[in-house]
Amino acid sequence: MTGFGRWNTRSTVLAGLVAGCVLGGLAPAPAHADGSGSATLDAAIKRGQMLCGISGQVPGFSLADSQGVMRGLDADTCRAVAAAALGDAAKAKFVVTTTQNRFTALQSGEVDMLSRSTTWTLSREGNLGLMFAWVNYYDGTGFLVKKSAGVKAAKDMDGATICVQPGTSTELAINDFYRVHKMKFTPILIQDTPEIQAAFLSGRCDAYSTDASALATFRFSQGAKADDLVLLPDIISKEPLGVMVRKGDDKWFDIVRWTFAAMIVAEEKGITQANVDTFMTSTDPDIRRLLGLEGEMGKALGVDPKFAYHVIKAVGNLGEMWDRNITPMGVPRGINNIWTKGGLQYAPPMR
Amino acid sequence: MPVTSADPRTMGARHAPKRRMRLAWSDPLFRSLVWQVVILGIVSAIGWYLVSNTNKNLAARHIATGFGFLDRVAGIPIGESLISYEPASDTYGRALWIGVLNTLKVAGIGIVLATILGTLIGIGRLSSNWLMAQLTGFYVEVIRDIPLLLQLLFWYTALQGLPAPKLSWRIGDAVFLSNRGIKVPYVVWENAHTWALVAFLIGVVGTFLWNRRARAKQEATGVRPAVWPAALGLLLALPLAVWAVLGAPTDVELPVLRGFNFQGGGTVSPEYFALLLGLVLYTAGYIAEIVRSGIQAVALGQWEAAGALGLRRGAILRHIVLPQALRVVIPPMTSQYLNLTKNSSLAVAIGYQDVVSIANTTLNQTGQAVEGIAVIMAVFLTISLSISLFMNWYNARIALVGR
Repeated sequence: MTGFGRWNTRSTVLAGLVAGCVLGGLAPAPAHADGSGSATLDAAIKRGQMLCGISGQVPGFSLADSQGVMRGLDADTCRAVAAAALGDAAKAKFVVTTTQNRFTALQSGEVDMLSRSTTWTLSREGNLGLMFAWVNYYDGTGFLVKKSAGVKAAKDMDGATICVQPGTSTELAINDFYRVHKMKFTPILIQDTPEIQAAFLSGRCDAYSTDASALATFRFSQGAKADDLVLLPDIISKEPLGVMVRKGDDKWFDIVRWTFAAMIVAEEKGITQANVDTFMTSTDPDIRRLLGLEGEMGKALGVDPKFAYHVIKAVGNLGEMWDRNITPMGVPRGINNIWTKGGLQYAPPMR
Repeated sequence: MPVTSADPRTMGARHAPKRRMRLAWSDPLFRSLVWQVVILGIVSAIGWYLVSNTNKNLAARHIATGFGFLDRVAGIPIGESLISYEPASDTYGRALWIGVLNTLKVAGIGIVLATILGTLIGIGRLSSNWLMAQLTGFYVEVIRDIPLLLQLLFWYTALQGLPAPKLSWRIGDAVFLSNRGIKVPYVVWENAHTWALVAFLIGVVGTFLWNRRARAKQEATGVRPAVWPAALGLLLALPLAVWAVLGAPTDVELPVLRGFNFQGGGTVSPEYFALLLGLVLYTAGYIAEIVRSGIQAVALGQWEAAGALGLRRGAILRHIVLPQALRVVIPPMTSQYLNLTKNSSLAVAIGYQDVVSIANTTLNQTGQAVEGIAVIMAVFLTISLSISLFMNWYNARIALVGR
């Protein structure tokens, strides 16, 4: 080996060190004393955009329509927060993330929030420096199989090959399920959603497993061929899909959380995108506080007093978001309904 | 031909006489020392800044740090592994080690196959057969112009287009080709096989020694004793005899279709096969060009001189041209081997679980991104440096030595 070659090696180590550490260099601006109290919000106002991490590949959650407009529950969640924080739903800027880079995207400040069908777990909240503001879909892990396989339940799938995305809570849930039932399976782990779906459809795997919601919408998106695919009745895990923000910016966390509360209260009170203006003369104190007609709810959060009005005007109440995005996929609302209709979505009082 | 294999400038054979250094700017020794101290200082300052900045930011973001996660139970599923793996009890450390072995499995076999294929194609390009020269030239141009990732996705999709297990293409009852991979019979391994393998290795050493003796004899007397009968006996007859003496076990496990998939037998998964195929075909295109240029770098006079001695074309290539071409070929070949190894990380796209894939999953499940990337870098650095060291050693060995 020549001396020159040895130097190359050393510079390679150095280059790697530089690359590895640059991640740490992306520090967002510190909170300004004269700002809203939220560094994330201040940066978003200055930028004129709220950066929102989505998957961009899952029908019903986030997928661009034929006009290039992002549609889905996750996309509308981004719009709702943009409307609350910046007064304009159109200021939500969508950033496509994968299952593997989503957390680093949020940690490094590449996005302001993550609305990407991400399961709320203890270890994620404990280790990642991130926290969950709300659950926008109560889900569970399911299995999609081909009708021709003749499988009726998850317990029939001993020895099966299962397509699953790496880095998800799904892969851990399947492992647990097979371990508990003392069965064996072969995982096929592909990161890209269209690639893994193609692998399943081509027969590389016997089953495709992810959140039951995504399986239902994927099955629906197959059109006439949907009848060849069967969603097994078993739901093998709890997957509360939540909206994440960085730790250390509590004001921003508050804005995201109370955006959801506002949409739930609106649904409770029957306030919709279409009729919200007729409520501006309401005498119901709850409604008056919600719409910023009295009290200082917006000020407490550091946003516009009429933030909830902007949200409802932009995306409607929680039920409307569901009806617009998930109902067409043929998924019943079930536990995702608001509490007064037997579901889990319950908002603390806005007072 | 001028003797150029070792550049005298890099050999460090001649030194100026030693003398004391003066503490003056006019002394080149002193100057170089100052510059080295300054550069070292700048480099370590940058390194210190980057490391401390990373730590500060990780702490500010409340992100857990450290390599403690390597001892935690992984719980992540792994599709194929050379060593046993039980997600319920094995650690992230073992999962990553499986990834390293999977990377080595595809890189090691890939390098061997790409070298063989690339050399054949490179020689083919120089063929006097018009069709052969054009076909191989076409191959090189096409394969080098298509991005590797696209080629991998192409092969993976093509392999998925194979029939389902129940309708698989078959060769007898032994080999099955389906969209679940290639299933082959698996020899049930017994002691006899292990000892036969040992006998074979002894045979390799024996053949090598025999060959050396033969060469010594040739140099002394000019007559070369035949090597092949000894080689045949040592490499084939000896292992067979050992195997036969130990009972000649012939149990073979055949793949059988049961339930969802084949049970028993050995498997080449579509993910591995697509990755290997893509890497080998792609890298062979580059190796072919290196081999072609290496052969053409040997002066035409060498061919003519050998021809004048009455050697045939094949013999000229084997004994005269290729040994000289090798000296030109080895350094660029090293970079191709490194490229192939690093390109194997594209496995992520087609679901083969190499070290990058498993480290990605690990950093995603644990949130330890900096540590995960550090593991990936350390693994590739180690593999690449090992390849470099070996190739540089080999390069030095075959360098022309003045006699």
